[in-house]
Amino acid sequence: MINVQNLHKSFGKLHVLKDITTEIRRGEVVAIIGPSGSGKSTLLRCLNLLEVPSEGTVFIDGKNITDPKTDIMKVRQNVGMVFQHFHLFPHMTVLDNLTYAPLKVKGMSKSDAKARALELLARVGLADKADVFPSRLSGGQKQRVAIARSLAMEPEIMLFDEPTSALDPEMVKEVLDVMKGLAHTGITMAIVTHEMGFAREVADRVLFLEDGRLIEDAPPAEFFSSPKSPRAQQFLEKVL
Amino acid sequence: MNLQFDVIAPSIPYILDGLWMTLQFTLLAALCSIILGTVLAVFKISALKPLKWFGMIYTFYFRGTPLILNIALFYFAIPQFTGYKIDAFEAGVLVLGLNSAAYLSETIRGGIMAVDKGQREAALSLGVPYSRMMRDIILPQAVKNILPAMVNEAILLLKDTAIVSTIGGAELMYRATVVSGEHYLYFEPMIIVAGIYLVVVLLLTLVANGLERRMRRSD
Repeated sequence: MINVQNLHKSFGKLHVLKDITTEIRRGEVVAIIGPSGSGKSTLLRCLNLLEVPSEGTVFIDGKNITDPKTDIMKVRQNVGMVFQHFHLFPHMTVLDNLTYAPLKVKGMSKSDAKARALELLARVGLADKADVFPSRLSGGQKQRVAIARSLAMEPEIMLFDEPTSALDPEMVKEVLDVMKGLAHTGITMAIVTHEMGFAREVADRVLFLEDGRLIEDAPPAEFFSSPKSPRAQQFLEKVL
Repeated sequence: MNLQFDVIAPSIPYILDGLWMTLQFTLLAALCSIILGTVLAVFKISALKPLKWFGMIYTFYFRGTPLILNIALFYFAIPQFTGYKIDAFEAGVLVLGLNSAAYLSETIRGGIMAVDKGQREAALSLGVPYSRMMRDIILPQAVKNILPAMVNEAILLLKDTAIVSTIGGAELMYRATVVSGEHYLYFEPMIIVAGIYLVVVLLLTLVANGLERRMRRSD
């Protein structure tokens, strides 16, 4: 589903990603973890070309998105993204946030888009918030709306960029619960996270990055109990 | 001091007719300014160098030359140059609009840049094309932030219409001057026109405040 080959990314002189090669299969849930500044978010953002890789190729569902001839807007419709700071559209109601892209990008009919949006809001437990503006919501509610907004496009892949890092501790669970529910639907997920418990419980695989390199790729049971690299061992000692 | 409002009283309808002309200049020029100013702002943040340069040179020219000079340039020089006889109304609207667009484009550009870049990323990640994103996501948020500055620009534009009197545009200022000349009375017509400007600006401010409140309902 997602295939990354020899990916490099530099910002000026800063070499952020170094020769990353990995694959995420259809339906797989992959947690990307590592210390701050290790390149996790940059890697994720290369998967929908919010960052343009300096070198290497990224295939999404067989399409080479690093090829300038590929219609990236079309690919992005199939790749949802959830951000640390939500980025809901503040001038639109919750319902309009959810229906905007299906209406304007996919050309879905108004009644279909609305029905789908209401169904998604119910699924994230916010059916009663359809007509409020995002400024009225708590952080956890905003993030659940953001997840629903991405799902409204019916993507096959969802990217999560530290979805709980900006939340108050008591709101982390409600967002993780929604993500857990999602993981069971067979959607392909890549999640940059600091929630080790969540990664261990929900992920099929853990990618561990350090200093721009992918240094470990293992199932969570294996990674958390017996990490191979000393780097990962040190990291886990600090966070667990 | 001897005020003689009664002497110019018969001329008041004539002066008030000028208000209509002033409003026409203002509204049409504002329309030009908003459309052109938005286009220029988008040019200036464009990745395409020629568009960017066009926007910058345009603003440099109009910010760097007096309005009254450009009025004269368009009104007197264009007919001489092209043979097209431009009338005072056309020249006035055109120059006021072009001039205001130069300033407004900077305001709008600032407004666009002040919108959280996450908004752009969220829109892109949903597959929203650039032009739609600008129109539906970025510009509405930018306008909300710069509304007070846009009201300022509208007020400046309203007052700048007085310059059209120099090429015979029969707006408020022109008519005040005509009435002054007729009666050799300066204070009375000028103070009446000053009052009219103040009332119009007050109304404009009230409308803008209402609009701002409406736009803030999502806060």
